[in-house]
Amino acid sequence: MGIIDDNKRQLPIAGNSAPTFLTTKVDFVVNWARRNSLWPMPFGTACCAIEMMASAASNFDLARFGMERMSFSPRQADVLICAGRVPYKLAPVLRRTWDQMMQPKWCISMGACASSGGVFDTYSMVQGIDTIVPVDVYVPGCPPRPEGLIYGLMMIQEKIRNESLADGSLRKEDPEGAGKPEANSLEVRALTGAFGNSTQQEKISSLAQTARPGRFKDLLG
Amino acid sequence: MPTKKTIELSRGDSDSGNMLVNIGPQHPATHGVLRLLCELDGETVLSVEPDIGYLHSSFEKLGEFRTWNQIVPLTDRMDYLAPLMYNCVYVMAVEKLMGLEVTERCKVVRVLCMEMERIFSHLLWLGTTAIDVGAFTPFLYAFQERERIYKLHESFTGARITTSATRIGGMMADLPDGWTDELKDFVETFPETLDEIDSLLTRNGIHLGRTQDIGIISSSDAINAGFTGPNLRASGIDYDLRKDRPYYDYETYEFDVPIGKNGDCYDRYLVRMEEMRQSLKILSQALERLPDGPINVEDPRISLPSKTDCMNDMESMIHHFKIVTEGVRVPPGDCYFAIEGSKGELGMYVVSDGGEKPIRWRIRPPSFVNLSVLPQLAEGHQVSDLIMINASLDIVLGEIDR
Amino acid sequence: MEQLTAIFGSAIVGSEVQCGDQQVVFVEPAQSREILEWLRDNEEQSYDLLLDVTAVDYGSVPGVQVVYQLWSIIHKKLLRIKCSLPENRLEIRSVVDLWSCANWLEREVFDLFGVDFVGHPDLRRILMPKNYSEGHPLRKTFPLRGKFSREKQTKIALEQDYEDYYRPEQLGALGIDPVNDAD
Repeated sequence: MGIIDDNKRQLPIAGNSAPTFLTTKVDFVVNWARRNSLWPMPFGTACCAIEMMASAASNFDLARFGMERMSFSPRQADVLICAGRVPYKLAPVLRRTWDQMMQPKWCISMGACASSGGVFDTYSMVQGIDTIVPVDVYVPGCPPRPEGLIYGLMMIQEKIRNESLADGSLRKEDPEGAGKPEANSLEVRALTGAFGNSTQQEKISSLAQTARPGRFKDLLG
Repeated sequence: MPTKKTIELSRGDSDSGNMLVNIGPQHPATHGVLRLLCELDGETVLSVEPDIGYLHSSFEKLGEFRTWNQIVPLTDRMDYLAPLMYNCVYVMAVEKLMGLEVTERCKVVRVLCMEMERIFSHLLWLGTTAIDVGAFTPFLYAFQERERIYKLHESFTGARITTSATRIGGMMADLPDGWTDELKDFVETFPETLDEIDSLLTRNGIHLGRTQDIGIISSSDAINAGFTGPNLRASGIDYDLRKDRPYYDYETYEFDVPIGKNGDCYDRYLVRMEEMRQSLKILSQALERLPDGPINVEDPRISLPSKTDCMNDMESMIHHFKIVTEGVRVPPGDCYFAIEGSKGELGMYVVSDGGEKPIRWRIRPPSFVNLSVLPQLAEGHQVSDLIMINASLDIVLGEIDR
Repeated sequence: MEQLTAIFGSAIVGSEVQCGDQQVVFVEPAQSREILEWLRDNEEQSYDLLLDVTAVDYGSVPGVQVVYQLWSIIHKKLLRIKCSLPENRLEIRSVVDLWSCANWLEREVFDLFGVDFVGHPDLRRILMPKNYSEGHPLRKTFPLRGKFSREKQTKIALEQDYEDYYRPEQLGALGIDPVNDAD
C-alpha cells in the first residue's frame, strides 16, 4: 500500500494530538462496537474452508462472537478470512475482493497455505497471501482447528480493542495501490524464499536420468 | 478480476439483449472457487461455461518430487471432504503395483474408513445442497453428525480433516481402544438424524419443485459424458465399482446399489440418501468381522519395524533408517486402480521406474469429468436451477483442480 | 488382443499385462482414433466409458506418452491404450467426437504437457491462467517452482487484464473489441 501521508482523512473529533479523556471514551465505545460485531468475509478455498464452516456450525459456533452473519459481499464485510491455498490464478481475485472492502477492515490468513504456501512450494501457489494483501493475524495449522480460528478472531478483537481513532495510519489506504501486490519485489523475494526442508526436496526419482531442471534466471528490477 | 459482473449491451449494433454474468470464483453457492460464466437471456441460461484452475495446487507435479509415503499427506488435501478415501485409494494403487497383499485386519479397517468417508462426504453434500435450496436446518444437523466423524478421525489419526492415515503396506497406527464402540454407536444412532433430514426434504413441496425434472441427463448421454458414481446411477446405469470391480472382499458384503430412473436432481438426491443407509449396513457388517492381528505387513523393507525391534536388532535399525531416509522402493511398471469414491470413480494411475519416487502420479478425478457435463445439463434452465444442478453434481474443487 | 492386430496390423506396437490383470496395448499415434473408435463400437469390445486421458513424461525418454483408460460397462473389462509421441511432433487426433468427456481431459493434457489434439473444438488452457507463459508444467524439464522468480510470478498474476478472462468471441458478441479498444 502507498506511503501517502494524507492528513485530510482524519475525523474532526480526533486530531493528531495526544489522546484526551473524550477521545479515549469515544475510542472505547467505537472499538467495543467494532470488535463485537465483526462481519467476516469468508474467502474459503480448500480444506481450511471446511474448518471455517465447522466453526460457524453449532459445535463451535461463531455466532457467540457476533460473527454468524458471514458476509459474502465484500462491501459489507469487516474481516477477510482467507482460508485455504491461493494459487496465482486466484491472486487477483483476492486482491480485488480486499480492495472492495471498506475501511475499517482486517485480514486473517487462516492456515499454513495462506500464511506461507504451506505444503505447496510449487509453480502455481502464492507463497503466503501477505505478498498480496496486508495481513493482521496469521492462524497456523493444516487446517487449524476451529478453536484455532476462534483464537485468531479473538486476536483481531484484541487488536481492535487497542486501536485509536486518533491514529490516522491505521485506516490509511492508497487508492493507487488497488489491484497491486502488497509487497514489492524485494519483500516478495524475502518472504517466499525456500526454507527448511523444502530446499532438499527438489529431486525427482533417483533412477530417472533427466536433464536437471534450471532455476530461474530472471532478476526482477 | 470481477467477482460478479454484468456487462450490458449498449452498443446498439448487437441487440440480442443477452447478458454475460460471472458467478464466482468467490461466491457462496459454487462450492469452492469455481467460476461459471453464464450467458443469460433474462433468467434463462443460454450457455454456461465453468472456468476452473483457481485452486490448482500442482499435486501431480509435487508427487514426482516426494517419496511414495510422503505423497500420502498430499492425498487428503485434494478431496478434503473424504480424506481417508483418498489416502486408501492411493496406497491401494501402489500396493497393487508392488503386488503386495495387506493383512486381513488392514483390509477391514480400510473398508470401515472408506464407508465412513462416504457418509462424511454425502453429509456435507446434503448440508450445502440444502443451503442452496434455501433450507438451513439440514446443514446444522448434517454438521453435527459430521462432528462425530471428526472425533473418530481425530482419535484415530490425530487430525480432523487431513488424516494421512494410510501407509504403503498398512496404516499409520492401529485403531485405538474404544474406537469401534464409538463407530458402532454412530452407526446405531445416525439413522435417526438421517430420518429427520429425510422428513424435512424428501417429500417437501419446495424441494421437489426445485429438484424434479431439473438437469435431466439420459443414460447414454451420461456414459458418453463420462459420468460415474451416484450421478451415473441416478440416470439408470448400474455401475458401481464395489460390485463390478470389487476390491477388499466387497463381494462378500451384503448391500444394495440404489439406481435412479430419471436422471434429474431429485434422483441424484435420493440415490445419495439411500447410499448413506447402505453404507451403514456395510459398516455394521465390517465391524462384526473385524479380525485381530497385525495391521501392517510384516515385511521390514516396507513397513517400519517397531521401536523395540529397532533398539535391539541391528537389521531392524538399518531397515528403519533406509525406509525413513530413502523411502520404499516400488518395482517398475504402472497401475491404474480405482475405487467407488463418494463422488464417482476415483482412480489413481501410478507409474514407477523402480525408484523411491513416482515418475508420474495421476489422479482420475470424478468431479472433473462430472463438472464438464454442466453446460449440457444447465442449458435452458433458470439461474437458480443452475445453482441446484451444480450442487447436485457434488463437486469438490480441490479434486478438480488438483 | 489378436483381433486388434488382425485388423490394424502394424499400428499395434505391442501389448502387455501389468500388475496381474491390467491389459495394456501400445499403439501408433497415426491410427489411434480409428483404434479407439473400433474399440468403442465393436460388439465384443464395447468400451463405452472413457475413464481417463492422460500423459506421462518419462524424462529418460524424450517425448510424451498419451494414455487412455477404457472400461466396458457390459463386459466389465478394463483396457489401457498407450501412444508414444515423439518430442518434435507432440500431436494426436482428438477423440472428443467419440466420448464427450474427452473435451476437458484433453484440454488438461494440452495445458500440462503441450500435446496438440488435432480436431479438438476448443483447445486452450484449463488449469493454468489463459496467458500462462512459463510453459507446460508437468514436463520433466519444467522446474517445480516454475521458470520465473516468485516476484515475477506475483507481478504477472496481478497484472492480468480482465478482458483476458473472456473468450474473444464472447467479447465480440457484446460489441467489445479487445484489440482495438484500449482502456
